[in-house]
Amino acid sequence: MKRILKKSAELALLVTVFLIVIGPMVSLFLWSVAQKWYWPHPLPQAITFDYWAQALGLKTSLAIGAVSIVSAFTLSILIALATVVIAMAIAIPAGYALAKYKIPFGTIILFLFLLPNAFPQQPVFVNILQVFTKIGLSGTIPGVMLIHILVGLVYGVWITNATFRSIPPSMEEAARSVGATAFKAFYKISLPLAAPGLFSSAVFVFLTSLDEFTGTFFIGLPFINTLPLTLYSSSGYNMQFASVIALILLVPSVIFMLLIQKVLKAEYVGGMG
Amino acid sequence: MAELVLKDLVIKYGKVTALNRLNLTIKDGELVTLLGPSGCGKTTTLRSVSGFLPVQEGDIFLNGKRITDIAPENRGIGLVFQNYALWPHMTVFKNLAFGLELRKLPAEEIKKRVAAVLASVKMDEYADRFPRQLSGGQQQRIALARAIILEPDILLLDEPLSNLDALLREQMRFEIAAIHNRLGITTMYVTHDQTEAMVISNRIVVMRNGKVMQEGKPEDIYMRPRNKFVAGFMGTTCFLEGIVERFDGERCILKTNDGFELYGIGTELQIGHKAYAAVRPEYILLGKRAEASYGSSERNCFKAIVDRSNFTGELLDYQLKLGSNFIRAKEYEAKTIYGIGQTVDVKIDEERLPIVHDTDPEAVAV
Repeated sequence: MKRILKKSAELALLVTVFLIVIGPMVSLFLWSVAQKWYWPHPLPQAITFDYWAQALGLKTSLAIGAVSIVSAFTLSILIALATVVIAMAIAIPAGYALAKYKIPFGTIILFLFLLPNAFPQQPVFVNILQVFTKIGLSGTIPGVMLIHILVGLVYGVWITNATFRSIPPSMEEAARSVGATAFKAFYKISLPLAAPGLFSSAVFVFLTSLDEFTGTFFIGLPFINTLPLTLYSSSGYNMQFASVIALILLVPSVIFMLLIQKVLKAEYVGGMG
Repeated sequence: MAELVLKDLVIKYGKVTALNRLNLTIKDGELVTLLGPSGCGKTTTLRSVSGFLPVQEGDIFLNGKRITDIAPENRGIGLVFQNYALWPHMTVFKNLAFGLELRKLPAEEIKKRVAAVLASVKMDEYADRFPRQLSGGQQQRIALARAIILEPDILLLDEPLSNLDALLREQMRFEIAAIHNRLGITTMYVTHDQTEAMVISNRIVVMRNGKVMQEGKPEDIYMRPRNKFVAGFMGTTCFLEGIVERFDGERCILKTNDGFELYGIGTELQIGHKAYAAVRPEYILLGKRAEASYGSSERNCFKAIVDRSNFTGELLDYQLKLGSNFIRAKEYEAKTIYGIGQTVDVKIDEERLPIVHDTDPEAVAV
């Protein structure tokens, strides 16, 4: 009796979790193909893939109010990639230095990276907009990228720092003792050992950039139109089109999450335990 | 020739003085153990020799060459860590070959040398394993192999056996000693385990508060400790406090607070000064055995009351009340087992009873 109760409780939990995770996605998908869907029908009354076709640029018809999002998608991906490269180029040395050396005010520096995310974003970005307008960065791709780097660096630096901290100093010292220079010890020992952590941190930066809305809204509009902004501007009047964009935005996230899981399972991580 | 000389080393962490004008010489081929409780400066000393800890004052010489400011990778050291520090993303072969590859040796030569060093630590078949596939003892063997494969001038071992279980630790002691005997590498060995130090060392340096308390052969340190700290650190020691009464030839006579006269060995003592008799449980005879030796002399013979007794299998471990103090006595091959409360004759071996003063005046922190 007790076992049956336990089993059914487990099943109920599983179903709930499944609904919480998958439910919204199912709903999004249904919306993205709904041509006609009126209350109280549980499912769309008529189905069309026109919104997908138009969003992906395969079809052009002004009747349903959807436009191609290919250019916005490409721009978003490019900005995200560039953001990752620049942010990680800052985060890896910073995270390593803060982990390995006794830097004066090290903890304060670490918290500085957290600041842009610790305050309400709107006032921060309104102020940045003023500064950026003065120096001609607002409405430009570099301006938007700077914002994305600022927001993404917290993940970059904090995760990178924690990763390097978890590697015992003796790993590099052992390398030095057999003749490796400080740089070789970092490059051949610490870096490969930190790779899974650095990869996850890069993925977080990438996804943060891809989904970034508030900063891009203030700094980028009307010239820079990324995917989240397109989603926002269409969601008011065109639920189907918004659903298409939302689902497309999910794709990179899901891919990267699967990748992280793969990388974190990689052989040598087990040895670090 | 690889002789290591430390001269007046001073290392401070903030306000704490970790090393206080430390002088130490390790002769060519010698295995010297730095022994002491945590915080005594032994690991600090090792890290300053390896080059990972900058020296504030003083100098380090290897083969007469000053290496105080040389980068760790150029010092010609081999290092073994307590946590093994094998690189988890490399196989055993890669771990061992790393240093050779940095020196750009030909692949054939690398293979030969890795095979040779693996054989020397009896790990021939494990070249393709990853460290996590090895047991703690096996990992430590590989760590040792990695430290000796480059034939360093000096080998530094930092509590290498502390993470192993007791049985394996005992076995590895002998193996490290054997490898040292075979290769004859000058070795500095850091441990807080006195038995380990006794087994493995040519010479032991007992440290406390960044100072050398005593250095010498293991048996000398054990039998003739210079002060209370060393006597207390080596073996199971019970102290009886008293005043130095007189000297009789090689004997020092201590009058304890309970009025007993104890004959022992001791130098650097002055009549009328406070001192301690360091009573070791293995140098006490009990009951009939004590009586049997009365013939030779009745010195150091007392009556004590059994306070506690433990049978550990190989021996009987007693706690005895002697006057107002407790002493321990260990008896092997015991024929009689004394009960709690029973009075027994005890005789303390006077040749093995060090009488020591409290603190080494030199070692008082400046």
